[in-house]
Amino acid sequence: MTDRQAAIVGIHEYPLRVAPGVSGMQIKVASIRAALDDAGLSWSDVDALYDAGDGEAGGGLQLAQYLGVHPTIIDTTNVGGSSFEFHAAHALQAIAAGKCKVAVLSYGATSASRRMAIGTGRLGGGGANWRMNMEMPYGSTLISNYAMVKQRHMYEYGTTTEQLAGISMATRRHAMNNPEAVKAMTDLEFVGVNDITEQNVLSSRIVADPLHLLECCMISDGGGAVIIAGADVARNCAKNPVWIIGTGEAVGYVDNGSDITTSAAAQSGPIAFGEAGITPDDIDIAMIYDSFSITVAVCLEDLGFCAKGEAGDFVAGGRLAYDNDAAKLAINTDGGGLSSNHPGMRGIFLLIEAARQLRGESHSQVEGAKLAVAHGNGGMLASIHTGGTVILAKD
Amino acid sequence: MANRPQPQFPEPNTEAYWEGVKEGELRYQQCNSCGEIVFYPRQHCPACLSDDLAWKASKGDGTVYTFSVIRQNRMPGFAELGAYSVAYVDLDEGFRMLSSIVGVEDPTKDIHIGQRVAVEFEEQDEGEYPIPVFRPVG
Repeated sequence: MTDRQAAIVGIHEYPLRVAPGVSGMQIKVASIRAALDDAGLSWSDVDALYDAGDGEAGGGLQLAQYLGVHPTIIDTTNVGGSSFEFHAAHALQAIAAGKCKVAVLSYGATSASRRMAIGTGRLGGGGANWRMNMEMPYGSTLISNYAMVKQRHMYEYGTTTEQLAGISMATRRHAMNNPEAVKAMTDLEFVGVNDITEQNVLSSRIVADPLHLLECCMISDGGGAVIIAGADVARNCAKNPVWIIGTGEAVGYVDNGSDITTSAAAQSGPIAFGEAGITPDDIDIAMIYDSFSITVAVCLEDLGFCAKGEAGDFVAGGRLAYDNDAAKLAINTDGGGLSSNHPGMRGIFLLIEAARQLRGESHSQVEGAKLAVAHGNGGMLASIHTGGTVILAKD
Repeated sequence: MANRPQPQFPEPNTEAYWEGVKEGELRYQQCNSCGEIVFYPRQHCPACLSDDLAWKASKGDGTVYTFSVIRQNRMPGFAELGAYSVAYVDLDEGFRMLSSIVGVEDPTKDIHIGQRVAVEFEEQDEGEYPIPVFRPVG
């Protein structure tokens, strides 16, 4: 599927990170309207609906009714934060198969306004469940799962918090260029809305050893929409198409004797790069799901940007910033989950910022960016998780 | 602490495991067809899909594979605890389980990867099932 069959033609990111009195469903609709405008398409063009059917926002089948559409494709895949990378992959397949022409992906959640303790609250819904029966008694949290990956990575490879702080530093730099991210950090009452140093990260409190607060994403409201269209439509849209040229999906989980520092990206990445017919060396910008510093480190390794165990050096000092030509790669140029937004499942923002870069519209624009990867990590590392890799190209 | 959430039933995969815990036994499974060690408990072998599994009793000795010390958990039963640990422990028989390391003075300093640990069955204030946890040895 390396032919250019489908492209991102419209994008919108809901501007607010604190949006009391608005529902997730309303955020989805506002975003879809704006993304269709961005594409120069209209409501009647839409014939495929992709939705993660998440939480309070309502979605899936409900979304069709709420929107008032009768799509020929409906896909309610929910694989956590990577749902939207899976949706993009499925939309490409459906369009290539001639099942639809214009697909809508959307997301909306008000996790900050509802004071959701995503990282430090109860895991699982309770009730009799095969896995929960084995894990609930121990009180692990979402953050402690990722922390266990960092702990093992430090042990095996000598990775340090000083090194991984480079991920938080680079994303914060990008966030400071992004007015919506600055407003987000202000509205969410960040202690310092400014550039950060290694020392800031090291001296921020530990939430779950060895993860510090400034290595953890925020909890915000937010949402967005992405319009994906077939080639014939895409070539006549308002903006330049951002082609989907390769996708990969995978699931990972802890098993007897398994390596906890390797994620599903090690499977989804090669599939996507193989389909696109390119290598990680060709990529200009990488939008990697930054739920935590360690998520980015592990996924960069697994996608092949550096060898396993070498992410510490690869990210140290904030070197993956947009204006560091020596690095030949920039990450999360919108500010990421660490410093721009994280309503719970931020995979859609990876697609949106990658598309902005390939259109030349980013606040931290990488000059001449031609190829991007968006990699979503859903679920939890150190437990069941997913990897969704999408390779994007401009004309 | 001894107010951990209890397993809930009916749940056919894990019932025999928890009955074992009540009897002071840490159980795992092995596939009679291919020899695969199976954990968490289930009713098929994930290596060959056979349903011919045997229950075995572990000696309860293992090594800390990785761990975290949780400083913040808003969940009732854990919110009041102060710092406590979660860990993946690799048992000598070849299975890995999530658990907690107990019996250390300061969990932020006294737990490390590679540490040898032994199972113990922690009685709970409420509920009929004790919870298997691990304590450093030697």
